[in-house]
Amino acid sequence: MGLGAKPSGQQNGREDASSLVKWARKNRRAITSTLFLIVMLIGFTAANPEVFSQFKTYRSVMIALPISMFLVVPLVFVVTAGEIDLSFPSVVGLSSYAFASIVDQGGEPLLGVAAALLVGAALGYLNAILVVRIGLSALVATLGMNFFLRGLINILVEGFSIAIPEIRGSLIHSLMTDDPIKIVEHLGIPNQMLWALAFMVLGIFLYNRHSFGVRVHCVGDNPESAAEMGIDVNRTRAQVFIFAGIGAALAGIFSVMINFVWWPTTGDGLLLPVLAGLFVGGTPTWGGIGTVFGGTIGTTIVAFIETGVIAAGLTGFFTQFFYGLIIILSLIFQRFNGGRVR
Amino acid sequence: MGDMKNDFIIELREVTKSFGNVKAVDGISFGVRPGEVVGLIGDNGAGKSTLIKILSGVHSPDSGQIIVRGEEARNWNAARSRESGIETVYQDRALAPQQTITRNIFMGREIKNRFGVIKVKKQYEEANRLMREIGFTSKVFDPDSPVATLSGGERQGVAIARALYFDADLIVLDEPTTALSLIETAKVFGFVQNVRDRGRSIIFIGHNIYHVYDIADRFVVLDRGKVVMTADKSEIASAEVLMKHMQDIAEMAHADVGSAGIRSG
Repeated sequence: MGLGAKPSGQQNGREDASSLVKWARKNRRAITSTLFLIVMLIGFTAANPEVFSQFKTYRSVMIALPISMFLVVPLVFVVTAGEIDLSFPSVVGLSSYAFASIVDQGGEPLLGVAAALLVGAALGYLNAILVVRIGLSALVATLGMNFFLRGLINILVEGFSIAIPEIRGSLIHSLMTDDPIKIVEHLGIPNQMLWALAFMVLGIFLYNRHSFGVRVHCVGDNPESAAEMGIDVNRTRAQVFIFAGIGAALAGIFSVMINFVWWPTTGDGLLLPVLAGLFVGGTPTWGGIGTVFGGTIGTTIVAFIETGVIAAGLTGFFTQFFYGLIIILSLIFQRFNGGRVR
Repeated sequence: MGDMKNDFIIELREVTKSFGNVKAVDGISFGVRPGEVVGLIGDNGAGKSTLIKILSGVHSPDSGQIIVRGEEARNWNAARSRESGIETVYQDRALAPQQTITRNIFMGREIKNRFGVIKVKKQYEEANRLMREIGFTSKVFDPDSPVATLSGGERQGVAIARALYFDADLIVLDEPTTALSLIETAKVFGFVQNVRDRGRSIIFIGHNIYHVYDIADRFVVLDRGKVVMTADKSEIASAEVLMKHMQDIAEMAHADVGSAGIRSG
């Protein structure tokens, strides 16, 4: 039929694009954030070669980084779907409370894990009811949920924390966070880092190769079109909130396992670093596109800022300053790397 | 004309749909037979778009029946409509501009295994084949290009390619020539002819009476949510006659709607 075909004379240089160039173009957001991470690490190494040439510096970051990774992967789906979830810090707190209190009362740790996942998914579903069913703004509703759930935690425990040293030695603790497994012993990579990497790979697969990820892209890009093509827009939106709840539960479980303590403030400090990592990683705010790998890199960038600032000989007072500086710089990078297309 | 009930691919019976106080569709009965091109015409606000969105499952009617191949449809929605062999090319093209051409062609109906894993390579190859079939010979874009990089006519091509791919029994074209050049418009007409030759049906919605007259076998005229005229092409001598009927309908807008125009079919 020839509808819309251009005369061959209008071909430009893109016809010669090799598969490598096409791959780079498709993944430019993730590549940009990876380059940014490398440049930043080179800068830190130049400032303090002694600290940044030692593996233990990286190992120390890898102890807590997985917590952010479990949060950022589902959040990429949420933002791609055109939504936002600001309730995850308190979902981390409440779901890990379920885990810690079951273990504390002598319950089977695996049961605690299941309970935490259930609480996380249920809270995600509650967010979905508020946003999808009742039609509240995701920004305001999930922010409200964050305060509400943290308040609920405070009422429940009245400031007391739960220490669960007995978790050490249990099968699930050995598997999830104990000493490094034999294969990587010589590297000293914490087990939780391997789980977080596996979660990221699962996320990348779902995001790009599974119909769930494709529906999330289409719904965030143009919800009217998605509905016209038979995609259940509301169901897809609800699913991303539930996914975010499950990610928050995983983050909470790992947080308690790493620290052997559940605090009423567990998860509290994660809101801004994780969101910063998400956007620094190359997922734009407007929906329809994003990158799971980039989001993971973004949280890694944020995780290294504090270590880097201290190691470079600056005081802790500079940390926030550098957070802000690096976030803005990386967003400018992403901007020049391709703006919004409509 | 005999008992046509079981001949319809899809039939609406006494369907109504209101938005607030506005009765967008007010008791419409209407059906499409295999291999025919129905021209659906009417002024802005006559209810054309609402009617086709009921057919395509985007809107659910407030009352009335939807009958698909002789059986009443239950829980009618967009996914069911597509499964029943109805593809709609919407006025807004229904594309996701930041996604690739491939992803747009398979939006809502991906090629996947039973675990939901998408057959990426197969989709790419099918999209590539389809693009060549409809004449996307340019190498400026490939199936991995985002739709946002395409022109209006090219986007329409993607929307039509999608309808073509699923080999629908009925293709609904809502204002398919809006914002297209003359050459692109001619291509859309060629496409309609092609679909009819293969024994498929089309509902063609347009506000250009001459376009609709040239292309349709039967005309259904809507006015303020009601069918005010149905006529076979043999009953209308020329586009001018059809235009005259349309003008009469507009002039009689305040008179008894039921007495306007020809009744047939």
